[in-house]
Amino acid sequence: MSGPTAGRATGQTIDRGIVSDADLRRPGVRRGVRAVHAALLVALVVVGLGPILWLAKAAVTPTQDTLRAPIEVFPNGIDWANLAEAWTRFDIDLHFFNTLWLALGSWAVQLLVAVTGGYVLSVLRPAYARVLGALVLSTLFVPAVVLLVPLYLTVLDVPVANVSLINTFWAVWLPAGANAFNVLLVARFFDGLPREVFEAAKVDGAGPFRLGWSIVLPMSRPIIGVVSVFAFITAWKDFLWPLLVLRDPAVQPLSVRLPALQDYVELDVLLAALAISTVIPIAIFLVFQRLFLSGAGLSGAVKG
Amino acid sequence: MADTTVSLAVRSAPPAPAQAPPSGRRRGRVATWIRRGGPSTLVIALPMLLCFGLFSWFPIARAVVMSFQFTNLVTAPEFVGTENFTYVLSDPLLPVAVGNTLYFAVLALLFGYPIPLLAAVAMSEVRRARGLFAALAYLPVVVPPVVAVLLWKTFYSGSDTGVFNTVAGWFGAGPFPWLQHPDWAMPSLVLEATWAAAGGTVIIYLAALTSVPPELYDAAEVDGAGIWRKIWHVTLPQLRPVLFITLILQIIGTSQVFTEPYLFTGGGPANSTTTILLMIYNYAFGGRGDYGAATALSLMLAVVLAILSAIYFRATRRWSTT
Repeated sequence: MSGPTAGRATGQTIDRGIVSDADLRRPGVRRGVRAVHAALLVALVVVGLGPILWLAKAAVTPTQDTLRAPIEVFPNGIDWANLAEAWTRFDIDLHFFNTLWLALGSWAVQLLVAVTGGYVLSVLRPAYARVLGALVLSTLFVPAVVLLVPLYLTVLDVPVANVSLINTFWAVWLPAGANAFNVLLVARFFDGLPREVFEAAKVDGAGPFRLGWSIVLPMSRPIIGVVSVFAFITAWKDFLWPLLVLRDPAVQPLSVRLPALQDYVELDVLLAALAISTVIPIAIFLVFQRLFLSGAGLSGAVKG
Repeated sequence: MADTTVSLAVRSAPPAPAQAPPSGRRRGRVATWIRRGGPSTLVIALPMLLCFGLFSWFPIARAVVMSFQFTNLVTAPEFVGTENFTYVLSDPLLPVAVGNTLYFAVLALLFGYPIPLLAAVAMSEVRRARGLFAALAYLPVVVPPVVAVLLWKTFYSGSDTGVFNTVAGWFGAGPFPWLQHPDWAMPSLVLEATWAAAGGTVIIYLAALTSVPPELYDAAEVDGAGIWRKIWHVTLPQLRPVLFITLILQIIGTSQVFTEPYLFTGGGPANSTTTILLMIYNYAFGGRGDYGAATALSLMLAVVLAILSAIYFRATRRWSTT
């Protein structure tokens, strides 16, 4: 915790908050603030980190220990075999890579649609851009629940193509692309780019493809990063939609397979599988912490 | 059907004037359109048109049509008027599900509204390692929901050596029937859901707190305000728009709750955790294959949610411009 001198020293550089430096000079306030912060830190460690640490511990603890003394740390030693058993005997490896493919494909489709769509709506602005933009925007107001059944029936028999996507990854990848939030996010980012550059490129004879590839795309790295991280992690966490369209266990991601496993797998192996499923999202969070904590992707929460 | 939705958007593509001009000028316009890269633009718009056309606009239109049809995939769909709606509205489970969903939403507000606010206000005063606080708060949000539910299901074990019952035992309480008793099941679900979501709310509040103009605090101090009065008269009023937005967001989110009741309890015990979304799922995919009833119910829920979304959208617009 920050000592009084350190707090005052850094207080010069940080924008001030509720508690002023003058407040902090009063010992009662200082003690109170530090007590609140200490309590908050303890609470956050217990509540935020605690369950995840417990999962990590239980993943390598024999079932009997977890059942009899769940809070004790390794009363009878560590059982690393849980992880190996989950990975190989219960096909967690297969479902892990299924999840990875689902997330990567959803990411690719979302990125393609969002970048090309945002480019058309914001930079190229054809005559029909306004109508198109309104149609895309209007889908934001349609809650995901409405799409559930009709989208399922559409995937069951895709119009025009007349194919069923059930039990293929395309059933997850393609609908993931129809994400209005991504398109509008990218379009808004492009709105902020200097239009003179585009006009100059057009005067120099650059067509839509050339302009997009050589001018706009290199400028859009920040927004591509944001869309990528959230597209990937959302796909990794997705449950209801893959549950509906991926009925064959051989193509199921972890999120769909884990609930089925709980009925016939021993508890320690199930917990090991849960731990394996959590590693990638947490790793992504730790690497891109600033992106998450800046709140860049939270407005997407409206789509549920 | 998909054809018409897609082409509806595409048809307006060439900037052809509505009042048919002489064919020569029309050809000129088309030539200009091609020369200016119109076809290329259309090709670039294609991924968006196809994805949204097939997997968003078409299913939305289809939902409206389907709600007036009887569809079970075995026989051809037939129009039945408002029969689906009357069927759903007379389902004795509907009031139970609506009540449970409202109960979930209210409990989620009680658990998940004040705690993140208090945490964020305290956190915003941390001068060093604020990132550590925020990261700890956000960590549960990145845990996949299925993992979180299955993990908490272990915590909620009803035996007296379950994780939570062990902790309760330290204080001489319990063992509690976390998921087994109709009175306990819903609060248990909400507790897990709050754990999983609160971090996101904290981040929203933190962002809003850092944008409170420092001059307001300076001015309040000149007027002799202490810490509590600064929180009450400066911080909270400044947060009002954000508080409203998170309120709407939370209501929209909680009214579509599915994963928790589906995986924790399957709607039980005694239908005490059957939510609207679980009902929709059971109509369509729970063996009955009654897709019409499912879409009718989702449309009714959607109308309520769309109104809330519109309010949310207006609020965020106003919020981001001021």
